[in-house]
Amino acid sequence: MRFEHSATFNPIDQLKVIGHPTSRIEGPLKTTGTAPYAYERHDVVANQAYGYVVGAAIGKGRIAAIDLDAAKAAPGVLTIVTADSAGKLGKGARNAAPLLGGPEIAHYHQAVAVVVAGTFEQARAAAQLVRIDYVKGDGKFDLAAERDSVSIPDPTIGGPADTAVGDFASAFVAAPVQLDATYTTPDQGHAMMEPHASIAAWDGDKLTIWTSNQMIAWGAEDMAKTLGIPKENVRLVSPHIGGGFGGKLFLRADVLLAALGARAAGRPVKVALQRPLMFNNTTHRPATIQRIRIGAERDGRITAIGHESWSGNVSEGEPDMAVSQTRLLYAGANRMTATRLATLDLPEGNAMRAPGEASGMMALEIAIDELVDKLGIDPVALRIANDTQVDPEHPKRRFSQRQLVQCLNEGAARFGWSKRNAKPGQVRDGRWLVGMGVAAAFRNNLVTKSAARVRLDQQGRVTVETDMTDIGTGSYTIIAQTAAEMMGVPLEKVGVRLGDSDFPVSCGSGGQWGGNNSTAGVYAACTKLRETIAQKLGFNSEEAVFADGAVRSGNRSVPLAHAAGAGDLVAEDAIEYGDLAKTYQQSTFGAHFVEVGVDADTAEIRVRRMLAVCAAGRILNPKAARSQVIGAMTMGVGAALMEDLVVDKRHGLFVNHDLAGYEVPVHADIPHQDMIFLDETDPISSPMKAKGVAELGICGVAAAVANAVHNATGVRVREYPITLDKLLEWLDVD
Amino acid sequence: MRSFSYERATSPGAAAAAAATTANAKFIAGGTNLLDLMKLEIETPAHLIDVNDLALDRIDETADGGLRIGALVRNTDLAADRRVRRDYGVLSRALLAGASGQLRNKATTAGNLLQRTRCPYFYDTNLPCNKRKPGSGCAAIGGFSRQHAVVGVSDACIATHPSDMAVAMRALDAVVETVRPDGTTRNIPIAELHRLPSDSPEIETTLQPGELITAVTLPKPIGGTQVYRKVRDRASYAFALVSVAAIVQRDGSGRVALGGVAHKPWRVEAAEAELPGGAKAVTARLFADAKQTRDNAYKLPLAERTLAAVLREGGA
Repeated sequence: MRFEHSATFNPIDQLKVIGHPTSRIEGPLKTTGTAPYAYERHDVVANQAYGYVVGAAIGKGRIAAIDLDAAKAAPGVLTIVTADSAGKLGKGARNAAPLLGGPEIAHYHQAVAVVVAGTFEQARAAAQLVRIDYVKGDGKFDLAAERDSVSIPDPTIGGPADTAVGDFASAFVAAPVQLDATYTTPDQGHAMMEPHASIAAWDGDKLTIWTSNQMIAWGAEDMAKTLGIPKENVRLVSPHIGGGFGGKLFLRADVLLAALGARAAGRPVKVALQRPLMFNNTTHRPATIQRIRIGAERDGRITAIGHESWSGNVSEGEPDMAVSQTRLLYAGANRMTATRLATLDLPEGNAMRAPGEASGMMALEIAIDELVDKLGIDPVALRIANDTQVDPEHPKRRFSQRQLVQCLNEGAARFGWSKRNAKPGQVRDGRWLVGMGVAAAFRNNLVTKSAARVRLDQQGRVTVETDMTDIGTGSYTIIAQTAAEMMGVPLEKVGVRLGDSDFPVSCGSGGQWGGNNSTAGVYAACTKLRETIAQKLGFNSEEAVFADGAVRSGNRSVPLAHAAGAGDLVAEDAIEYGDLAKTYQQSTFGAHFVEVGVDADTAEIRVRRMLAVCAAGRILNPKAARSQVIGAMTMGVGAALMEDLVVDKRHGLFVNHDLAGYEVPVHADIPHQDMIFLDETDPISSPMKAKGVAELGICGVAAAVANAVHNATGVRVREYPITLDKLLEWLDVD
Repeated sequence: MRSFSYERATSPGAAAAAAATTANAKFIAGGTNLLDLMKLEIETPAHLIDVNDLALDRIDETADGGLRIGALVRNTDLAADRRVRRDYGVLSRALLAGASGQLRNKATTAGNLLQRTRCPYFYDTNLPCNKRKPGSGCAAIGGFSRQHAVVGVSDACIATHPSDMAVAMRALDAVVETVRPDGTTRNIPIAELHRLPSDSPEIETTLQPGELITAVTLPKPIGGTQVYRKVRDRASYAFALVSVAAIVQRDGSGRVALGGVAHKPWRVEAAEAELPGGAKAVTARLFADAKQTRDNAYKLPLAERTLAAVLREGGA
């Protein structure tokens, strides 16, 4: 199905099932511990052996010699695979650094061997006996030091490196009010609960992998490419994923090493990345240095806005597109953005929840708050004054929907923003200095092809199959809701099978594109199935009504189950998009309001209240969507206050590489949190009229926290995370 | 994890004797720290002596009105004990500020005292660490040292002791009871239990090889307002950047011990004479020989400010 024109009324608009806060249909599996996660799939294949990964002990250099004798002689060891014995390996299109290193070492904890043994304990013990002599090279590990030796990248996503409209330089200099500030964001880890994990089994030259992966088709394709085997010979299965946040978008070392280990051992092998390897072996959100310059009139209207960002990555890696939102969020006739990329020898940087906007909004929305200080205008009012209903770089492109102003106003009213004291450091509650902060939320909506297969059986049951994944987001549920709405059956009559490369290729889960696109693909397949059914029953498909488990036209009604007849009826289709994404700018909007307390003595920062108001198209399932947003808000608090992969610039690694050292928020950090969605349907986005929402929730949160800290204390911190040591010297002693 | 042999000890004396006669043996009780370290092969004992069967899980009143806490009393139980809550509030508060409910259910009194540092370089076997591998160097010096010690450090090690419980016990003048391999017992004032790193940071206590902690005794209650204040980046489940255990009496006298600043709970009795002069005077004495890094210099003003807040809370 081609989606070329603004959606009109369709069966989804009935909202009998869609739009309801349905609990997750796979929830009971998860709460009873019976959802099959990758590492626990003891049932799928017999005789599983265990692989344990050895990570490189240096940040840059090469292996001079490997001695495997002791490890091979250890109890239970079946085989050990290194680059020497792996055979010729290619590299996936979406991998920058090789997943199996040696002799060259690209980064710390790059996998250099997998030890396979009969038990996990044997593999782990033997892995410690692998003796490797390294020759350390001179690595580049310091982004700030490389700031002047950068290149202009050619990003594959996020638009060009540089954009310019009007004459930024002149307009900035001429502006009566100017802001010129530099912000830094640190490297961050996904820190999902389930590590990367895979079981691989060979049957002749056919490979099956049970894994934890957000993008099944990418994974299968890159696995085939890396091994140099036909794509048809690789099957990836990933029905449940214990968190990904972008860390599982790609083929990673667990998959490759399980496959290589299984081939060498001649039996199935399972591999999970041990937690201390997660942060340096896999990908992370790259650190940024961001310079923002804004020129404004005294009434607050922006006349010039410039955003430059520096990030680093391994050779062939991509930049963090932290300037993305600045191209679209605020009006202003004269504009520039610039993205620069340094080559670093740290682990590979890549997508993490809202790549680009998450880091960019951390800086931009502090900058707006700093402009507020210079202008003496309310932060909500200033943002509203600079709203735009068109893409500011291409004014002929309208936003399909843009309710930023409504989000800000609604949030301000609900949060009690009018009670905020604009003068910092004035509000006291016992030992706490109290402040409020606001930030806009912005994240683009991405549309991409997504296919599904729908089957109707003789019992009137509908089964959906697609390689879409559920990374904890609720994909199972919204896909079931879509099929139920389309076929006119109750939710219990719908089965959903996901995450298998044997199924039609979906959009996958990432970039908050999963919800809208995968359900639109199911819409397309259901539309086709409706036509098939109508035809078979002799109905005019335009007139046939699918409701209450029956097909009706005029005064004739046939139970859906009868349509299947002797065999199942099957339809497969995909949603494919025309030019609407070019002619319109599709984005999602919101406003974050945060109240913090800062301990007057210790400068400890604790969030007291949070509210997000979001406008993101039709909300297919308000319960699932709310969970996504409050989870993202929590992650935003982590970004604001604690998350920091600390680089040891001598040894070239992220030092705090476990969950004791890399802190993320705990329950006690999130006392009162709420979010609401504004009513919105976006007929430009898809027949579902929905958009992404899972990443909108993180964009802007950290800046709202930072702005609240400033309001509480008068201290402006421009280097994330905002920790007490950065406030202490500026706070008066009681 | 390396293979190891295992036995369940039947008496404290037998446990200590076995530990002295078996090469590379370790005691295990809750295992909340040791097992993690064994999985990473930071600890590689050849033999484990499980002491959980020893009847050391009681809290008894002593003849002089104090409490004798068995070595195996779990942190959860100790924190909840009515007598501890009533008479030794600083200890109960310190325990509840540490770890998580699940860990406190397993962790024992003696194990808590003997837990090892959380320095990230100690945990990464690819990197130098004099505590893990004597003579290899200290990666924390010149590296990431925001969590590290600011006083009592050496050129070999700047690690901290991570316990909260031990800081409160130091303020309470607890005494550690042990049994030695030859069956004799002794009492070690807690001030003398932990060592500073000097040039041998791998040796963390004054316990002799095989010596087993059997109990911790608290002297009779000294009253006062008892406060434990733990400063950290997140609200729970994090090690202290700085912590303060204080017992403040109505006359303004008192005791102060600090966590997160040294290789051991940090108390300087002479500094307590300065209490009437306020936090600044006290911390000036506590940190007279401080040696901070760029990353952890903030701990000095933080300690002073935290102490000031605690003294205010204590009514001093």
